[in-house]
Amino acid sequence: MTQRSRWRCLCIAIAVLAAIGTTSEAKTFRWSNDGDPTTMDPHARSDGFVTSFDMNIYEPLIRRDRNLKLEPGLATEWTNINPTTWRIKLRQGVKFQDGTPLTVEDVIFSIQRARDAGADVTSQLAPVKEVKKIDDSTIDFITGGPVPILPNYLVSAAIMSKAWCEAHNTTSAAVHEGLENYATRNANGTGPFILKDRQPTVRTTLVKNPNWWGLKDQPIDIDEVVFTRIENAATRVAALLSGELDMVYNVPPQDIERIRNTQGMKIWQTPELRTIFLGMDQSRDELLESSVKGKNPFKDKRVREAFYQAIDEDAIKTKVMRGFAHPTGLMVGPGVNGYDPALDKRFPYDPAAAKKLLAEAGYPDGFQVGFDCPNDRYVNDEGICQAVVAMLARIGVKANLLAQTKAKYFGKINAPKFETSFYLLGWTPGPIDAQNMLQNLAATRTDTDGIYNNGGYSNPHLDELIKKIQVELDSEKRNELIGEALGIIKDDFVYVPLHQQMVVWASRDNVDLAPLGTNDFQLRYVSLK
Amino acid sequence: MLAFIIQRLLQSVLVMLAVAMIAFALFNFVGDPISNMVGQDTTLADRERLRQELGLNDSFVVQFARFVAHTARGDFGLSYQQARPVGQIILEKMPATLELSFVAALLALALGVPMGIYTGINRYSWVSQAMLAISLIGVSLPTFLIGILLILVFAVTLGWVPSFGRGTVVHIGWWTTGMLTLEGWRAIILPAITLSLFQLTFIMRLVRAEMIEVLRTDYIKFARARGLTSRAINFGHALKNTLVPVITITGLQLGSIIAFAVITETVFQWPGMGLMFIQAVTFADIPVMAAYLVLVGFFFVVINLVVDLLYYVVDPRLRIEREVAAGG
Repeated sequence: MTQRSRWRCLCIAIAVLAAIGTTSEAKTFRWSNDGDPTTMDPHARSDGFVTSFDMNIYEPLIRRDRNLKLEPGLATEWTNINPTTWRIKLRQGVKFQDGTPLTVEDVIFSIQRARDAGADVTSQLAPVKEVKKIDDSTIDFITGGPVPILPNYLVSAAIMSKAWCEAHNTTSAAVHEGLENYATRNANGTGPFILKDRQPTVRTTLVKNPNWWGLKDQPIDIDEVVFTRIENAATRVAALLSGELDMVYNVPPQDIERIRNTQGMKIWQTPELRTIFLGMDQSRDELLESSVKGKNPFKDKRVREAFYQAIDEDAIKTKVMRGFAHPTGLMVGPGVNGYDPALDKRFPYDPAAAKKLLAEAGYPDGFQVGFDCPNDRYVNDEGICQAVVAMLARIGVKANLLAQTKAKYFGKINAPKFETSFYLLGWTPGPIDAQNMLQNLAATRTDTDGIYNNGGYSNPHLDELIKKIQVELDSEKRNELIGEALGIIKDDFVYVPLHQQMVVWASRDNVDLAPLGTNDFQLRYVSLK
Repeated sequence: MLAFIIQRLLQSVLVMLAVAMIAFALFNFVGDPISNMVGQDTTLADRERLRQELGLNDSFVVQFARFVAHTARGDFGLSYQQARPVGQIILEKMPATLELSFVAALLALALGVPMGIYTGINRYSWVSQAMLAISLIGVSLPTFLIGILLILVFAVTLGWVPSFGRGTVVHIGWWTTGMLTLEGWRAIILPAITLSLFQLTFIMRLVRAEMIEVLRTDYIKFARARGLTSRAINFGHALKNTLVPVITITGLQLGSIIAFAVITETVFQWPGMGLMFIQAVTFADIPVMAAYLVLVGFFFVVINLVVDLLYYVVDPRLRIEREVAAGG
């Protein structure tokens, strides 16, 4: 080696070291998911992943901590000054990422924008009648009737800057005349991260907001976040194992063991708030897809009970879910307000009793029924359904499984068609309160209630209870009422609850984060060692 | 000649109309986009309003007519999933697919033709036998499996190349290219090999078969008898005559490379049109699917046209026939 080339080598080595030095100082967190946050507009889509992503940039008045408890966000306190008014104190000294200060007007504007046509978070704010400015730091939310869980609803309403929205002609989340809305790919929130670069469906880069109001209580450890969409599960896992990613959000169940056993990798898990259950058409006089003609076997409670007892949830948990499930006897999981561990006991698995019940109901030889199932919506959804088919066969019921992609599946079984006799569905109560499940899944179908009551169950006594729950401001009394309602659903075998699936994330072992039952991923809890 | 090209371009319009119509007939079966577009708490009234705005309640004929009318004005509509103009999305994705396809096609040609010639001339050497045996893998293993295996070996175990994406891209006007950065070249290696493997073995076997066929003909025997060097015989006379079918097939295969990059792009998360199409299918994003299918139809027509024109260049007989026909 000549003197000269030796010098050149040294220079290169120094340059490389310097480059490594700077990169290790600025901490970059790289993660991936199979889905993309399709829009940066926090009001445009109420999809769990999209909202969770956008809420790193934008913030609500009230947010949830790592135990899913409500905590002050842009509001510092909230009180019920009378049954139909919630008074909110706005945090002072907060600035948007473009430097403009946050005012009461921004809040009023944002709530209106979130309620307008074109926004998809409207239903959460439907009970709000008026938002009134009291002074520069006080806002009143006036509701139609008493709304005990308004703070829960406000968690999903991001606050945007009025001036910014007006300047960029995006005062509504709707799209006009085939033009892209400015807020779809641009953002200006108050949150801990700033949108730096957005390449839809490919890569989204965020950087730490150095002026975030929360920094003094909660320092943010990472300087830059690179999110990449990788749809293929095997590729996603490969990218994690090869060190190109720090964290994978949606981990395919078959790869969990492999990742766990790989040195330097870590599996995070927590029960998800979503309950997976089976539903039955209890409203039609004759089932759409069944060998029984002239009557509907599911109207007979004994048949529903037989179905319940024929299903071996423990086998589903160990065989299909590989242990990543929390078997449940309730339609809401632990962590949801109203959940009662005393009620969360499954009726025993007992095929003999189930067969006897069927015989009593007049079906000693069982019957045939169509069975609808998604195959790309929940963890191992099709596998669960196949197991159910096999278990029902033991009591003589032949379930004809139709497993299909969610776009087709939901179009068939959900409102307004309800074209199903027997189906599998999952439900997460958005506001993390049992009322949401009761109202959507158990209340008699109307324009606003029972939207996902695909079985068409109707019980006036239960409806009355739900009405009371909706307006009861005393939380102790309210939870008693919820317990009563959950008991009715359980004892009447309205549904066959199966389990809560697990939120499973994987990361390198130098990553610390907060896995949440909502499947929300909050970057402010991420740190790199 | 000009009349011929114009005639073929007019035919392409018909092809695209047919493709669009079949596509629209199929969209009835992809499911309900609305349930993907809204949250679970969205009211029925809001869902119905959205369905009405998107025109999903209209009949097949009305939806198809509207699509044709809009497309004729160059307006592909807004993507349901991304709420952005479809034309813009396709322009963003096209460079990735075209670069990948051309690198794969070049790779297939640059390796496939020499390998075909070699195995055609040296039929019984063990190298030829080995190449043929390995080429069976290329023909029989499914693309996604090859892709995953390559990722496992070269990205996860050896760590030489990235397992996904396009690396760093450079913007040149609306075109983005990965060909100007080292990262971009490293990223394209695995997907290009995966995509080209089938074509490579296909071209190799085709050239080999043609080569063997031609070497048996009388004029080659005559050339040998005259004492020409084997180099002159093999490359000057034999190879030239094997190329006519090779050009046709390769040209047509280029269309399939672009169209079937779907699987390779999905495995490597290559941000091209194929991946875009898969994303659109899972979301029931009708405007994107429709535009993509029409565009692929257009590609096929254009490639066929180019192949037909190349035929004239390579095969003098066709030119003579046409001149005779025109003269007579």
